[in-house]
Amino acid sequence: MYKYDNYDQTIVNERVNQFRDQTERFLAGKLSEEEFRPLRLMNGLYIQTHAPMLRVAIPYGLLSSEQLRKLAHISRKYDKNYAHFSTRQNLQYNWPILESVPDILAELATVEMHAIQTSGNDIRNTTSDQFAGIAVDELEDPRPYCEIIRQWSTLHPEFSYLPRKFKIAVSGASHDRAAVRVHDIGLYLVKNDEGVVGFNVFVGGGLGRTPFIGPSIKSFLAKEDLLSYLEAVLRVYNRFGRRDNMYKARIKILVNALGTEEFAKQVEEEWLHIKDGVMKLDQKEIDRVKAYFAPPDYDTNAADDTSFDAAKESNKAFSNWAGRNLFPHKVAGYSAVVISLKAPDIPPGDVTDEQMDHIADLADEYSYGEIVVTHDQNVVLCNVKQADLFSLWEKLAEKKLATPNIGLLTDMICCPGLDFCSLANAGSIPIAKQINDKFSDMDYLHDIGDIKIKMSGCMNACGHHHVGHIGILGVDKKGVEFYQLTLGGSAETDATLGDRLGKAVAKEEVADVIGKILDVYVEQRQEDEAFLETYRRVGITLFKERVYASN
Amino acid sequence: MRVIKDKAVVNDDWQLIRELDCSKPIPEGKVILPFIDWQASRDELLKRDTEHAVWIDGDTETEALLDDLEHFSIIALDFPAFKDGRSYSHACLLRQRYAYKGELRAIGDVLRDQLFYMQRCGMDSYEVREDKDIEDAIKSLNDFSVRYQAAADDAVPIYKQR
Repeated sequence: MYKYDNYDQTIVNERVNQFRDQTERFLAGKLSEEEFRPLRLMNGLYIQTHAPMLRVAIPYGLLSSEQLRKLAHISRKYDKNYAHFSTRQNLQYNWPILESVPDILAELATVEMHAIQTSGNDIRNTTSDQFAGIAVDELEDPRPYCEIIRQWSTLHPEFSYLPRKFKIAVSGASHDRAAVRVHDIGLYLVKNDEGVVGFNVFVGGGLGRTPFIGPSIKSFLAKEDLLSYLEAVLRVYNRFGRRDNMYKARIKILVNALGTEEFAKQVEEEWLHIKDGVMKLDQKEIDRVKAYFAPPDYDTNAADDTSFDAAKESNKAFSNWAGRNLFPHKVAGYSAVVISLKAPDIPPGDVTDEQMDHIADLADEYSYGEIVVTHDQNVVLCNVKQADLFSLWEKLAEKKLATPNIGLLTDMICCPGLDFCSLANAGSIPIAKQINDKFSDMDYLHDIGDIKIKMSGCMNACGHHHVGHIGILGVDKKGVEFYQLTLGGSAETDATLGDRLGKAVAKEEVADVIGKILDVYVEQRQEDEAFLETYRRVGITLFKERVYASN
Repeated sequence: MRVIKDKAVVNDDWQLIRELDCSKPIPEGKVILPFIDWQASRDELLKRDTEHAVWIDGDTETEALLDDLEHFSIIALDFPAFKDGRSYSHACLLRQRYAYKGELRAIGDVLRDQLFYMQRCGMDSYEVREDKDIEDAIKSLNDFSVRYQAAADDAVPIYKQR
C-alpha cells in the first residue's frame, strides 16, 4: 500500500497543528461557531445528538494492521471502545470530546492517517472497489489513481469551498462494486479500440433528496489527462453550481439543469485550456504510485491444498461461511475473505476495539497485514491462502466475526439514524434489529440468497436506500417514525433507482412487510433467479398488492 | 486602512466604494469601484490621469474584464460570505489564464483561516474583516510548507519534485 514520504507526512502534521490552533481559538471565543463550523467539518468533525462525531479518512478503504490497531487504541482512549464503518469506506467515532480531537488527529498522523476533507463542501475521500488488486474481472488496479486523486484533492486551494460536498469513486472491474455511478464523479477504467487503458468519466450521480444515476460525459479519457480533466469539471462546478439553496447545490443539479451535453461541452472548453499544462500526469508518476500497489509474493503452490475442500466437506458451518463470505481471487489457491460486521445483535458496521485488534492480528497472520473496508460496511482480508481459511474462520468466530451472511438479507447497509445523527428523521438501527430478529433462520436467509437492503434515517440517503434491492427510508410524520420502501434499486454496473412501493409503513411493521415482499419473490422466482432479477421481470404490482392488500 | 499585502500588514490608502452614489460624480483618486460602474463610465474614466481599480462579485465572470485588464492596478474579489468559493476560481483564472499581473485583493468576509488558499489562488492582498485581528490573520499564510497541487502561486505538483 501507499507509504507517506516526507512531503505527505509534513502536510498531515501541519494540518494537525492548524486544527489544534483553530480549536483553541474557537474555545477561546476568537472564532464564532459559524466560522469554526466549516473548519471542523473539513476535518470530519460534526456536532451530533450526544457528542461530536469524528470521521476518519480511510483512503479507498485500505488499512494496514498498524493503522487498524491505532484506530482501536483511539476508540479505547478517547471513545467508548468501538467505532463505526461508514458507507464511504471511512470510520466514525461517536463519542469523542471536542477538546481531545487535536490529540486524536496527532495520533492518527503517527500512522499516516488523517480526517482531512471527510466532511465539508470539498472533495471527499476517494472510494474504490474493495477487491481492487485481486478481482478476476479487473482490467487494472484502480488504487494508484485513487491515491493520485487523493493527493491532488487534499487541501486543494481552489476547491475547498465548493457549493456542496463532492465525492469521487474509481473502479477498474467490469462489475461495479464501488457504486461509481451514484458519485459526483465516477471513473471506470476502460480499454479503447486501440487497446489503451483510460477512463470513462461519469458526472452528476448522487443520492440524497434528488437521486440521479450519473451520465457519462467522456467515454475515454487518457490517464495522463486525469487530473486536468477533474480540475476542469470542478472548476465549472465551482463557478456555476448553485449556492443559493443547499438542496440544489450538488453538481447533479447543475448537470441536470444544463443538460449532459452542454455540461460536457463546458467542461471540454475549460479542459482544453489546461490539459497540456502543469496538470498533465507523466508516466513516471503513475509508475511510482503503482509500485506501492504491486502484488505480494504469492505462494505459487497455494492451489495444491486439499484441506479446504476436506474441511468444507466435514464442517457444515464452515461450508456455509465459505459459501457466502469468500470472494474469488485472481491467483489460484487464494481467496478474499469478507468479515461480516453484521452480526445479528450489533448495529451494522460497528466494530469493537477488541475486534479491531483481532482483525489486525489476523491480517498480519494471514493476509500480508492489509485490511480493506467495504462500502457496504464490512471488512476484507484480500489475500488469504485457501489452506489457511479454516483456521482463520475459527479465529474469526472467537470474536463474533464469522457471521456467514455476506450478500444476504441481514448484510444490510444502515446509517447511524436517529440514535446518533442530528439530521435523521427516524431510527435505522432499531429497524436493523427488527429485521435481524424476524429473519434469524439461517437456512431461510440462504434460501432467499442475494439481496441488498439499504436503509437511511432521512432523505440525505447516507444508507443509499435509493439503490437497495429493498430500500428503506425513515420519515417523520408529525413526530412519529414511518418507513418508505422502494424496490429494485441497484448501485452496481446496472445502476438503477428503486421504485416506490407505496405509502410509508409504521415502524413496527417494517420487518413484516419485508416478509411479504420476500413471500412474493419466493412464489414468483424461476429456478436460481435472485430477488432483483425476479423483481425486474415481474414488476412492482404483485408486491404492492401483497403488502397493501390487508390494510 | 490596514491590509495584508505582500505578506506584511501595511497602511493602504485605496478606498473601496461598495456602491456608487449616482447623484454625485464618480469619486476621484485611489478608489476601487464596482466593475459595472467603472465599465459604464469607462471612456470617461480612462481619460483621468490616475490608477484604476475595480471590484467584482462572484456573479461577474472574469471574462468580462478581459479587454481592460491592463488598466487595473487592483482587481478586488468579493467574498459575500467566506464559504462562497467562487472567487478562488476567478483568482486562478485571472492569474493563470489571463496573465493579470496587478494586485488581486480579497475583500468582504475575509478571515484568517481562508488566507492560505486565497494566496495559493493568486490573491496577494487581503482586507481582513474589520472585527478580526489582522496581525493574527497574517500568521495563516504560512500554515503549510508543502503543497500537493499546482495553483496560481509558483507551486508545481509535489510529484514533480519527488
